[in-house]
Amino acid sequence: MKNLVILGAGTAGTMMANHLRPKLNKKEWNITIVDQYKTHYYQPGFLFLPFDIYTESQVKKVGKKFIPKGVNYVQKKIEQILPKESKVKLEDETLNYDLLIIATGSKIAPEEVEGMKGKNWHKNVFDFYTYEGSLNLRNKLREWKGGKLIVHFTEMPIKCPVAPLEFTFLADSYFRKKGMRDKVDITFVTPLGGAFTKPKATEALGYLLKEKDIKVITDFAIESVDNNNNQIVDYSGQKVDYDLLVTVPTNMGDELIARSGMGDDLNFVPTHHNTLQSLDYKNVFVIGDATNVPASKAGSVAHFASETLTDNILLYVDGKPLKEEFDGHANCFIETGNNKALLIDFNYKQEPVEGTFPIAGIGPLKLLKESLFNHWGKLAFRWIYWNMLLKGIAIPFVGRNMTTKGKKIN
Amino acid sequence: MEAVLAGIKVMVTDEGYLTDFSQWTKEIGAEIAKEDGITMTERHWEVINWIQEQVKAGNGLSVRGIKKSGVIDIKEFYSLFPGGPLKLATKIAGVPKPKSCI
Repeated sequence: MKNLVILGAGTAGTMMANHLRPKLNKKEWNITIVDQYKTHYYQPGFLFLPFDIYTESQVKKVGKKFIPKGVNYVQKKIEQILPKESKVKLEDETLNYDLLIIATGSKIAPEEVEGMKGKNWHKNVFDFYTYEGSLNLRNKLREWKGGKLIVHFTEMPIKCPVAPLEFTFLADSYFRKKGMRDKVDITFVTPLGGAFTKPKATEALGYLLKEKDIKVITDFAIESVDNNNNQIVDYSGQKVDYDLLVTVPTNMGDELIARSGMGDDLNFVPTHHNTLQSLDYKNVFVIGDATNVPASKAGSVAHFASETLTDNILLYVDGKPLKEEFDGHANCFIETGNNKALLIDFNYKQEPVEGTFPIAGIGPLKLLKESLFNHWGKLAFRWIYWNMLLKGIAIPFVGRNMTTKGKKIN
Repeated sequence: MEAVLAGIKVMVTDEGYLTDFSQWTKEIGAEIAKEDGITMTERHWEVINWIQEQVKAGNGLSVRGIKKSGVIDIKEFYSLFPGGPLKLATKIAGVPKPKSCI
């Protein structure tokens, strides 16, 4: 018997287990998936939880429900990967593997910025990238009387790069609905050159910030959070006051990657952009947020990548050359508030543009344009996630590679 | 769009970033710097070389990452490239400006 081991039972790992179990001969291949945590979170829901749009129970389920029969599910801490020996050390046993899939994701590292995880963490300094952060922020917003709200992200890459902007738009809607928008001053603080950084998006969406009365501070490279004066300070000495800071800390790959000596500065694993094979070890493949590929860290990217990776695992098993197929395809709904949303569809090379999706010329979804229908799409996505995406079921009309059909490209 | 830098025709974005790194030369870098009011010194070039190496290796660029690398301390980085150091240094280096997905 041969052993395929998947590390991480999040979005990407769970999808790979579901794809591969029916395709790998049960008499030849054991599949083991390792994850120490019992709960599977619907991470896109962390954006909605603070605004009472979703409840706690809508964003979490027991992970085991999504692991297919015939896959050995091990709930233990992973100590170290020993790639030269093709072994993985768990807390109390060692697994041998013939093939390894790393799907250990990324997480926030607030300790990377001085003072961020300080005495006011989850008091008036919040993240919304963890269940706890999102829930604590919801409780804070329910009773907050207003003041200066700063929405900030530390540096790229972050998981779901549009989430900080979406948070800003949803905050505007939330306070308007509560009849207290006049009491809240919203500023978006970014390390980049603008709230929007791609030409087409800047052109199409710049109006949103004005319409919602959101101020923007650009090129802000945060050095520290000053918890005594409630200020964020950047390396040039610029200071910005806040009453409530909602920040996205530095995102990093799991410490396991550092312990195993397999990552870059941010613990992301060097990965072939198109085959998803590790650049250092032929029998190691990497998927989802754990890779260093220059695609967005998003569930949709993991979904598209999982289809290519499934084919490549089967090719590898047969000793055939891998497909250099993955194009960085991402497809993301972006909440803009007032029950509207945008949709973007792009890849490594093609920036988001206007158009129709998924059926060229018809839609029904519109690219890079606000619509109510897009918002329903985003809400429907939660059902799609639990019932289709995790199970590895392809989404009708939406291929793994990005199509230029229906897109307005110059 | 097309631009002429240091006497050479190159392709640049609306904001003046080279779209094809293979067209970059040190002279072009110096001319971009001059347009932004920066006179290049050996120290500037050390930083530019480091940035180019990072991009070639597929690594992301951030001010915090530069601090961690030890190639330059942050105060000096800001004094060499006043204003938006990363934005300016990437432009001079002929590599893409740090971006998000939209």
